Amino acid sequence: MTAILFIAQRASAAVLAFAVTVHLATILYAVRGGLTAGEVLARTRDNHWFFAFYVLFVLAVAVHAPIGLRNVLREWTPFHHRSIDVALALFAFVLLALGFRAAVAVYLPPEALLG
Amino acid sequence: MMRASHKQPGFLAALLHRLAGIALAIFLPVHFWALSGALNGADVLDKFLKMTDTPLVKFAEGGIVVALALHMALGLRVLAIEFLPMRERTRVAISICLAAAFAVGVLFALNVI
Amino acid sequence: MAEASESTLSVDVWRGAAEGRFQTFAVPRRAHQTILDVVTEIQRDQDATLSYRFACRVGMCGSCAMVVNGRPRWTCRTRVSEAVTDDGKLKLEPLRNFTVVKDLAVEMVAFFDKWRDAKGHFTPGEPQADFQVVPPATLERKAADAGIECIGCGVCHSACDVVTWNKDYLGPAPLNRAWTLVNDVRDVGNDARIDAVSGSAGCHACHSHMSCTEFCPRGISPTYSIAGLKRAMIRRALGRKL
Repeated sequence: MTAILFIAQRASAAVLAFAVTVHLATILYAVRGGLTAGEVLARTRDNHWFFAFYVLFVLAVAVHAPIGLRNVLREWTPFHHRSIDVALALFAFVLLALGFRAAVAVYLPPEALLG
Repeated sequence: MMRASHKQPGFLAALLHRLAGIALAIFLPVHFWALSGALNGADVLDKFLKMTDTPLVKFAEGGIVVALALHMALGLRVLAIEFLPMRERTRVAISICLAAAFAVGVLFALNVI
Repeated sequence: MAEASESTLSVDVWRGAAEGRFQTFAVPRRAHQTILDVVTEIQRDQDATLSYRFACRVGMCGSCAMVVNGRPRWTCRTRVSEAVTDDGKLKLEPLRNFTVVKDLAVEMVAFFDKWRDAKGHFTPGEPQADFQVVPPATLERKAADAGIECIGCGVCHSACDVVTWNKDYLGPAPLNRAWTLVNDVRDVGNDARIDAVSGSAGCHACHSHMSCTEFCPRGISPTYSIAGLKRAMIRRALGRKL
């Protein structure tokens, strides 16, 4: 189990190395002169590449963050190991749900939302 | 007397990496939630962005950007230790990571101000 | 309370076990003095009830390891001039992360139990020939040689924060020894050994703080040995999956 978690952590880190570099570059480019929703959405609306990118990003984060926190909680808090694993599985699910929702929110054109 | 292991650069690197990671883990759900505001239209997202256009928030955003760059830089160092055949010069490697993260923070500050 | 001066050291020494207090001694400062000289002088001339360990006194056995001014080191190989504070003070404590038996002497059994749990012992197979040739220039032998000089002194175990945070963590010394055996081409027990270091108390718990590498008196780098175990663990886990 721990070997698999370790491998998942390192593999997701490799994916995130790529994703975070792209994301940081995008942020630094996008915030020049202030940031508006229109600018963000003009880039991401109906853009398959950005959508795929964000989906991949969310998947990697949902794997990487909970496993990282697992070490922190086990080493720095007195909580029971089993309860930590349950809590973090829930956190992973929350990240997936909220993350996909955000990715969809910036991808879908407004007409689609009006039904 | 602080134990000697806590005065080592490797420990500082690990501590910063961990604290940055915790900050990011707390930030992410909030970030996703804010972006989901776009589901209700661009103007909802815009309202949120205007609300957060205060110096304090901008400073916090800069902090998160630095935390992200720092967590990645120090994380890449860990991957290098674990997978690359050459040995690092620890002080040099950590200094480079910190400098790179700080540079990203400066770029963000310059772009956003 | 002893005052320190140019010619006198003020030495705070831990007395007791898990509970206890620091007792302060005044010890004359002498040329080329080692910390072991200081402790020995206290025990022989000032307080015969002080307990501490040493054996070879020349940096070969590791028995004299203790924490000197916050740092784990061999007292026989540490000159007072290297460790003393600017105002002539020394603080001597037993190794951290070990159960204290009395004063400066710690229980080593739990430490060596972790060596056993990490399978840090050679597993011979059937003899292939009268002498098995292991060329010293091979990558495996070089990797083993880089870690083979460990004498089990416990300095790295004392320095490691993960050992403090995770009571089950095997620790740098047992894992370093396991790595040297993983690289011993004569050893046939490596599947079991890699399994032993792949559990929740195993190599993955190392966060590369590198205090072990910084403080090892033999110049060994357990961090890189443990990195090698991580790679071996990955190969084995993925090999099983495929």
